[in-house]
Amino acid sequence: MNNINRRDFLKRLGLGASVTGLALTGCNTAGKKISASGTATAEIPEDQMTYRTNPKTGEKVSLLGYGCMRWPTLSGESGRDATDELDQDAINDLVDIALKHGVNYFDTSPAYCKGRSEHATGIALSRHPRDSYFIATKLSNFAPSTWSREASLDIYRNSLKELQTDYIDYMLLHGVGMGSGMEEFEKRYIDNGVLDFLMKEREEGRIRNLGFSYHGDVAVFDYLLSKHDEYKWDFVQIQLNYVDWKHAKEVNERNTNAEYLYGELAKRNIPAIIMEPLLGGRLSNVPDHIVARLKQREPERSVASWAFRYAGSHPDVLTVLSGMTYKEHLEDNLRSFCPLKPLTDDDNAFLYETADLMMQYPTVPCNDCKYCMPCPYGIDIPSILLHYNKCINEGNVPASTQSENYREARRAFLIGYDRSVPKLRQASHCIGCGQCAPHCPQSIDIPGELHRIDGVVEKLKRSEKLEVRSEKLEVRSKKY
Amino acid sequence: MLKKIRVTLAIVSILLVTLLFVDFTGMAHVWFGWMAKIQFLPALLALNFGVIIALVVLTLLLGRIYCSVICPLGIMQDVFAYFGKKSKKNRYSYSPAKNILRYVLLAVMLFAILAGISSIVVLLAPYSAYGRIAQSLFAPVVAWINNLFATWAENHESYAFYSVDVWLRSGITLGVAIATLVILGFLAWRNGRTYCNTICPVGTLLGLLSKYSVFRLIIDTSKCNSCGLCARNCKAACINSKEHKIDYSRCVTCFDCINKCHKGAISYTFRKPKVKDEENETSEKRINESRRQFLTVTAAVATTAAINAQDKTVDGGLAVITDKKKPNRKTRIVPPGAKSIKNLTEHCTACQLCVASCPNGVLRPSTDLATLMQPESSYERGYCRPECTRCSEVCPAGAIVKIDRAEKSSIQIGHAVWVKENCVPLTDGVECGNCARHCPVGAIIMVASDPNNENSVKIPVVNTERCIGCGACENLCPSRPFSAIYVEGNERHHTV
Repeated sequence: MNNINRRDFLKRLGLGASVTGLALTGCNTAGKKISASGTATAEIPEDQMTYRTNPKTGEKVSLLGYGCMRWPTLSGESGRDATDELDQDAINDLVDIALKHGVNYFDTSPAYCKGRSEHATGIALSRHPRDSYFIATKLSNFAPSTWSREASLDIYRNSLKELQTDYIDYMLLHGVGMGSGMEEFEKRYIDNGVLDFLMKEREEGRIRNLGFSYHGDVAVFDYLLSKHDEYKWDFVQIQLNYVDWKHAKEVNERNTNAEYLYGELAKRNIPAIIMEPLLGGRLSNVPDHIVARLKQREPERSVASWAFRYAGSHPDVLTVLSGMTYKEHLEDNLRSFCPLKPLTDDDNAFLYETADLMMQYPTVPCNDCKYCMPCPYGIDIPSILLHYNKCINEGNVPASTQSENYREARRAFLIGYDRSVPKLRQASHCIGCGQCAPHCPQSIDIPGELHRIDGVVEKLKRSEKLEVRSEKLEVRSKKY
Repeated sequence: MLKKIRVTLAIVSILLVTLLFVDFTGMAHVWFGWMAKIQFLPALLALNFGVIIALVVLTLLLGRIYCSVICPLGIMQDVFAYFGKKSKKNRYSYSPAKNILRYVLLAVMLFAILAGISSIVVLLAPYSAYGRIAQSLFAPVVAWINNLFATWAENHESYAFYSVDVWLRSGITLGVAIATLVILGFLAWRNGRTYCNTICPVGTLLGLLSKYSVFRLIIDTSKCNSCGLCARNCKAACINSKEHKIDYSRCVTCFDCINKCHKGAISYTFRKPKVKDEENETSEKRINESRRQFLTVTAAVATTAAINAQDKTVDGGLAVITDKKKPNRKTRIVPPGAKSIKNLTEHCTACQLCVASCPNGVLRPSTDLATLMQPESSYERGYCRPECTRCSEVCPAGAIVKIDRAEKSSIQIGHAVWVKENCVPLTDGVECGNCARHCPVGAIIMVASDPNNENSVKIPVVNTERCIGCGACENLCPSRPFSAIYVEGNERHHTV
């Protein structure tokens, strides 16, 4: 398919110029094409989106779903972190492009973009016929103050208003398993009768599909599936990617391997909606050696495309969500799904191997939100974690003194460390009081990570002597 | 020709010695560390017989060539003298030797060495005087220039340069360095080698030997027309042109006179040797003397100098960090390899080479009168890191003897002392244990503060049997400005 696209594209641009061939074919002047642009930038077909069928309604859902938690702001950043106004014009453009290329699933929440996502999504979508897309939103009653029935229903009603619609295609209980697990779940959805209410709404058609998104305590996930006969889940949203498939616990203690989650859903024939296919961006921003590895296998595919195609290749997946802030992200993802070329068993084995490699040198899931700051003892937490991640990604955290690039890596790590973080604010000064940890939305064990990074620094510093000595020896051996 | 060789060697020599003081990476020492070790007084104090014998033989053979091409302070004076001569030609004249002053000062020096009055030794030692100038005045300039490159490198994602802290280690040492530079510079500009031939004890001592040197400058009276040009260009003021005599005890064999003489009357030649080898013996004797037990003079007039360097002002959004202050140590800390406070005091010439080479901001010159400008350790800016043995590698005087990393890990230069009032778990009620976490020898254990309650907040206890006094605990303690755990020096270093 790819080849056809390429040919079409070349024809259209009239660039079928012939050149002298490769050395192998001698002076063959016919047949070989040259191109003024890379295949990876070829135009994306508008009618090639891969769809999956919702077993209950029979509706066709695009395999790429638009996650609306990262709409761009006027300053060009993601509305998840930035506080300035969302860029409605840009959002409208993104929605138009997505719809034009067959994306028909838009996933939002009252909590997204600091509470501004539903409104913006509603504006953008209401410019198109209501039957040309599916809206997914959630009952995001996280704060204890919203656990009452009234407050929760207010959230629901407000969603309908903001989204300018009188029905929701896909409604989710948001993040079950978070916080204290079972106890919190019951307070949010059972004790106040909200789940019963939502099931009623489903009966009456204002909710077309009811499901839940799961994070954290797997007991809640298991419980809800055990009650499938009663609740009749139409879909479940889970975190799935090639690292989480087998390494979820290593990434985050509270997570569960996607292999288990997906398997449980497939067993019951419940379609899965996939979130975090990129593991919070960490499967697109990967260490250099991983980039090389992935690119070597398919030079014209992006690093991120591997993660999307991986998620989409599971047959019981209904859609794969991606929070796309920039047009370039959207286009790259469209290339992965228009149409999806499913990964082979070989490809999957290759990705699992890649995941193993990544887990050897895992980055810290810090996204610099700075909620942990200020540290009362003056530590610059995010700068330390980001410097560490940067060095991991650039291959500058040497495994041992035997590593090939040991000296350069050591130098880059240590000098860069002093540049990024003033000495008095470095990890060695972390006393482990733990005041930061509860503020971290990624549940990073901050003191633990800082102490670990300090250990790396200490190890690198202590091997200084080896470095100087070996230089000296080199000089000597040159002399004689 | 001889002069050209002398000048070339001198320039190379002073550049290399200076490099030792301004190079903060430690690489210069790998190749040129020996430049410091061949300095006379440090070698004498280190009982480095090979070097001393070589220098004695060199002087007996060629005269005070040491003063012209090895001693950095001598070469520095020649630099000033060069410009002095440019501004006014033929500016010198013969003057008789101030022998009383010279020998008295030599005697004072010997007495000071034997009596262990280090502040006098330190002030008179020529190489060390230069070391202080290089470390206090040149090194910061080099560091600042380096930091400019580092900024540039940072902007270009390069790790070729890294920036270093420039901080005032001791106002007194800086003052002494400036005074030395100004006074000697002035004297050298006006009168050439005045210092070397009246004050410098090494010059006087070598002068005693060079009187009998095998090769020397000789005036051929048959050619000389007593024009006096040689005398007026002799920076050592040692040529008595009227009597055609040269005071070989003061001649530093610079060869300037050879070129000045229009008649070619001066030559550097072999002379009929009348020398007996007894000179060697006397110097050997002196060496043996320096081995004797010394008296320690207590002149404890503690002077406090403002050593605190200003740190970078903090950025917004980060908690303010106050600078650490030096605790009141009963016994000062001297670096591993120094063996004991006494050993350091007796051998150190306060050249600042160790201070200049300390990459952790630990060593700084003492401001105590009895140990003036000799190094001591303190941990406000950093601590004595386990992988570093640089000061022991660079010391030319045997004040800090060479140790390796394994030895370092077992030398107890001090022991940590806990200060209950400052300890963060008790004052802030939070978990800490940063001292225990960073102790390289595991000498700190965290225990419950309430013996009856296992769950009470944990406080550190020090196993002094294991503590090596490196100061990691003190430096990394969150309590500011005074740490809740600090190191008291051990008068004599113990071995674990």
